[in-house]
Amino acid sequence: MNVIGDHGASVRVETCGKTFVDGTRALEPATLDIARGETLVLLGPSGCGKTTMLRIIAGLELPDVGGKVLFDGKDMTSVPIEKRNVGMVFQSYALFPNMTVADNIGYGLKIRGVGKHERASRVAELVALTNITGLENRRITQLSGGQRQRVALARAVAIRPGILLLDEPLTALDAALRDRLRGELNRLLRALGITTIYVTHDQAEAMELGDRVVVMQKGVIAQVGTPREIYFEPNSRFVAEFIGAANIIEAPVENGQLLLPGGRQPIGGDANLTTAVAMIRPETIGIVAAGSAPLSGTIDSVSFIGDRQRMIIGGASSKIIAVDAPNTITAKAGERVGLLIAPDAVRLLPPGN
Amino acid sequence: MRDRLIFTGQLLFTLTVAAFLVVPAILSISAGVTVNYFRGISSGVTLQWVFQVWDLYAGTILLSFVIAFATLAVTLLVGVPAAYALHTHGGRWSRIVEEVITLPIAIPGLAIALALILTYGGFGEFRRSWLFILTGHVIFTMPFMVRSVMAVFSTVDIKTLDEGAASLGASPVRRFLGVIVPNAVPGILAGALMVVTLSLGEFNLTWMLHTPSTKTLPIGLADSYASMRLEVASAYTLIFFVMIIPLLVAMQMFADREQGR
Repeated sequence: MNVIGDHGASVRVETCGKTFVDGTRALEPATLDIARGETLVLLGPSGCGKTTMLRIIAGLELPDVGGKVLFDGKDMTSVPIEKRNVGMVFQSYALFPNMTVADNIGYGLKIRGVGKHERASRVAELVALTNITGLENRRITQLSGGQRQRVALARAVAIRPGILLLDEPLTALDAALRDRLRGELNRLLRALGITTIYVTHDQAEAMELGDRVVVMQKGVIAQVGTPREIYFEPNSRFVAEFIGAANIIEAPVENGQLLLPGGRQPIGGDANLTTAVAMIRPETIGIVAAGSAPLSGTIDSVSFIGDRQRMIIGGASSKIIAVDAPNTITAKAGERVGLLIAPDAVRLLPPGN
Repeated sequence: MRDRLIFTGQLLFTLTVAAFLVVPAILSISAGVTVNYFRGISSGVTLQWVFQVWDLYAGTILLSFVIAFATLAVTLLVGVPAAYALHTHGGRWSRIVEEVITLPIAIPGLAIALALILTYGGFGEFRRSWLFILTGHVIFTMPFMVRSVMAVFSTVDIKTLDEGAASLGASPVRRFLGVIVPNAVPGILAGALMVVTLSLGEFNLTWMLHTPSTKTLPIGLADSYASMRLEVASAYTLIFFVMIIPLLVAMQMFADREQGR
């Protein structure tokens, strides 16, 4: 028996909205398609509706009338979670304190009537896969946070779910452990090939784990795309600022150039614009000698981070501009520098927010 | 030095409070084995009153235990699922329902008994059987079971555990028996201890509900105080203690062991 293998289902969420009994609208009607074997990340700040969406797919919440959830084209909307064959990892892990690690992992198999011997061998396989060998007979209360997270994951995939649902599985861990487990989780998800829906508020997690990322804001899907798409081509100011660092510049345009206090910055695209909201990522800006770029400003501050340095430039735009410069440049606060920005590194956003 | 003084003070205070509680009980018990209470312990020590009580009231003692454990069974079978339902699906109604089932604690037992008699008095068989007293005891003790189980539910995040078990394919009944109940054991034990103790000692309700053939231990006690020598009634108290204290200690130890796991 092998837990690794392609046993994913495709998911379609059709105009699913959610209004709670007290009248709050957690999710505006939304439609999403998730391909077989794909890892989709629902990303957004707290209260954006990402967890509600996940719980609707899981079968823990019913969508408002008119909403539908389909697995492999089959309508599952009114099927309770226990009959959906989904694996779920909860933020608090929801491990059973009355059972050992092995009993937790084997619980779903026991429910399915899998015999004792096969159950033991599958549990052993998962224990090895998730690196928790030796902990089988421990109680849940004797485990560290990282170990609990692994047990929760092993338990969820033990039943060979068609869809794996993860609700902020790394949020309860400290930063160093979170980074390590993120890499481990990524390898495991790729190896399992299960359709995965992953909820997080951490954009680094979303970037690393997602085949596609759904950015959500106030119950509405703001943008769906690959990590590269949402990073380089955000379709709104919200997405631009939520994913990574972004300089947002609002300025008048003349002959395809932004008119800024520190000079003129050429932009690509529509030449007939008169004003623009432009986004420029800090790492796309080059620091050069003043005068050798059309745009220049004064360094307000430099913070050396190690692999790079973050410079804050004043005077170039109406607002300060953040630049991620290579760690080899020696420039001090107060110096006047040129800012070299390629026209296609300037992304025009729709006006408003 | 100062610590010692404080310690001594605290010890004395504790002993005084304990004595305040224990001395009357000891006096009452010793009266039960005295030949003649008015002449004092010097009149001699005897077990005759104890035997007399046993002859007269063994039935009431037995019935008390039957009712206490029947009450426990009913509160377990109804109260634990009720607490679960209230916790997971209650929403804003859960507060109101909790208040309603708690009312019997605040309402005088006599009033509840009267209401029961008004409602069910017409059902002769039922009215005459011990099940009538059981009904009263269940109403009175139910909130203690429901509340102590709900208190545990709110500390172990039972809703997420329930959802976790559901996601692994367990039906509501399997979830309840395999995950919810085992994790609510401390609350269930605490509730059970309360229910048995309260039922064994309940007087108000039972006084109104009992018939000559359905007397419980406290009713028999009142009966003997009213109609017999003081020594007999005291011997009765002695029997009550002998019965109930080992039971309480055993249940407490069981609860401690479960919690320590």
